[in-house]
Amino acid sequence: MIKELLVILISSSLVNNVVLSQFLGLCPFLGVSKKTNTAAGMGAAVIFVITLASAVAGVIYKFILQPFDITYLQTIVFILVIAALVQFVEMFLKKFMPGLYQALGVYLPLITTNCAVLGVALTNVQKNYGILAGVVNGFATSVGFTISIVILAGIREKMAHNDIPESFKGMPIVLVTAGLMAIAFCGFSGLL
Amino acid sequence: MNSIKERLLNGIVKENPTFVLMLGMCPTLAVTTSAINGLGMGLTTMVVLALSNVFISLLRNIIPDKVRIPAFIVIIASFVTVVELLLQGFIPFLYDALGIYIPLIVVNCIILGRAEAYAYKNPVIPSLFDGIGMGLGFSVALTCIGAVRELLGAGEIFGIHVMPESYVPVSIFIMAPGAFFVLALLTAIQNKVKINGEKKGRDMSKIQSGCGSDCMNCAESGCSHRLVDQKTESVKEENDKTKEDKNND
Repeated sequence: MIKELLVILISSSLVNNVVLSQFLGLCPFLGVSKKTNTAAGMGAAVIFVITLASAVAGVIYKFILQPFDITYLQTIVFILVIAALVQFVEMFLKKFMPGLYQALGVYLPLITTNCAVLGVALTNVQKNYGILAGVVNGFATSVGFTISIVILAGIREKMAHNDIPESFKGMPIVLVTAGLMAIAFCGFSGLL
Repeated sequence: MNSIKERLLNGIVKENPTFVLMLGMCPTLAVTTSAINGLGMGLTTMVVLALSNVFISLLRNIIPDKVRIPAFIVIIASFVTVVELLLQGFIPFLYDALGIYIPLIVVNCIILGRAEAYAYKNPVIPSLFDGIGMGLGFSVALTCIGAVRELLGAGEIFGIHVMPESYVPVSIFIMAPGAFFVLALLTAIQNKVKINGEKKGRDMSKIQSGCGSDCMNCAESGCSHRLVDQKTESVKEENDKTKEDKNND
């Protein structure tokens, strides 16, 4: 059991990295990676939301969708649940944990439609993960996201001082960097 | 008739969702490992886009302004589910190839963006053709990107061998990193066109760097902040702007 969870942890965070090999959550990956500390904040918010969302989606799938035999409604149900959840988390944090809200608050609305959140919920169903395995998968996926966004932000901070050809300024050079990172992450595929 | 033609051209050329607006990059990168996958994804998205545009346009006087975004999402998600089941039943090889990216059409910026920017404000027929035009533009773009990646990465186009025997495929182009490199080149070309155009004094404001450059700008295309109330305000401003533009015309 523990071995299985460990395999999920490594494969979702490093081998099948959510951004670099599955292309989910590209918007925040490219958009919020200008500075290392904002990237880390975004990463923390993503870990929080995805772990929570995969737990809630797992519970709903197991106790509502499956017993009533309406699993074909999963896409509609998941997207609504995730949207509502993010709003609810935002309100909850604002009221009860203002410190955490100040740290994560700005990033929460951005996560609502982050396709990684829906992607993880759907992958959990597709791979027949139970609720615990689903939560571990969600956590691992978001940790993988955080690792890659922080690394990219670090590289971008260094790159700001470099001389880049005019037409490659901005997005293109960031994408080249992401491509090189993706090649580096291919090296992890030997792990499993 | 003219407005239909105008809508179709607008989607395919003037506001091409991939090459000009840079929307919906996740599926663009993920499924373009071959031309046929790109075409399949494009057409699937087109069907969803046309149907959701028609429905949202039909319901535009009934949906209250405040809950329109959740309403759009439910409509879009329903059509995505329908299309997903149809694909599973009738085109299983495409269903297997596209996998999780079919349900993820729900969170594709293009669809919600068109609902918000066009279908919610316009009658049914133009909305239908807006959806078809945008979908065709998306299909053309995905097929092109897929064809380039397939050609470089496997020496084939649509599964037919075209490169000479001596060509050694650069297989990295059909793997994940290749997608980033192709998109990097694409945005570099776009940048170049934009810079040249601006030098000649042409209006290049239509060309956005889309989701890629800055998530905050995504709010305009409906990528982020989708379900947040502040959105209503920015949309109102936009509406006012478009009204002003019309008055100026």
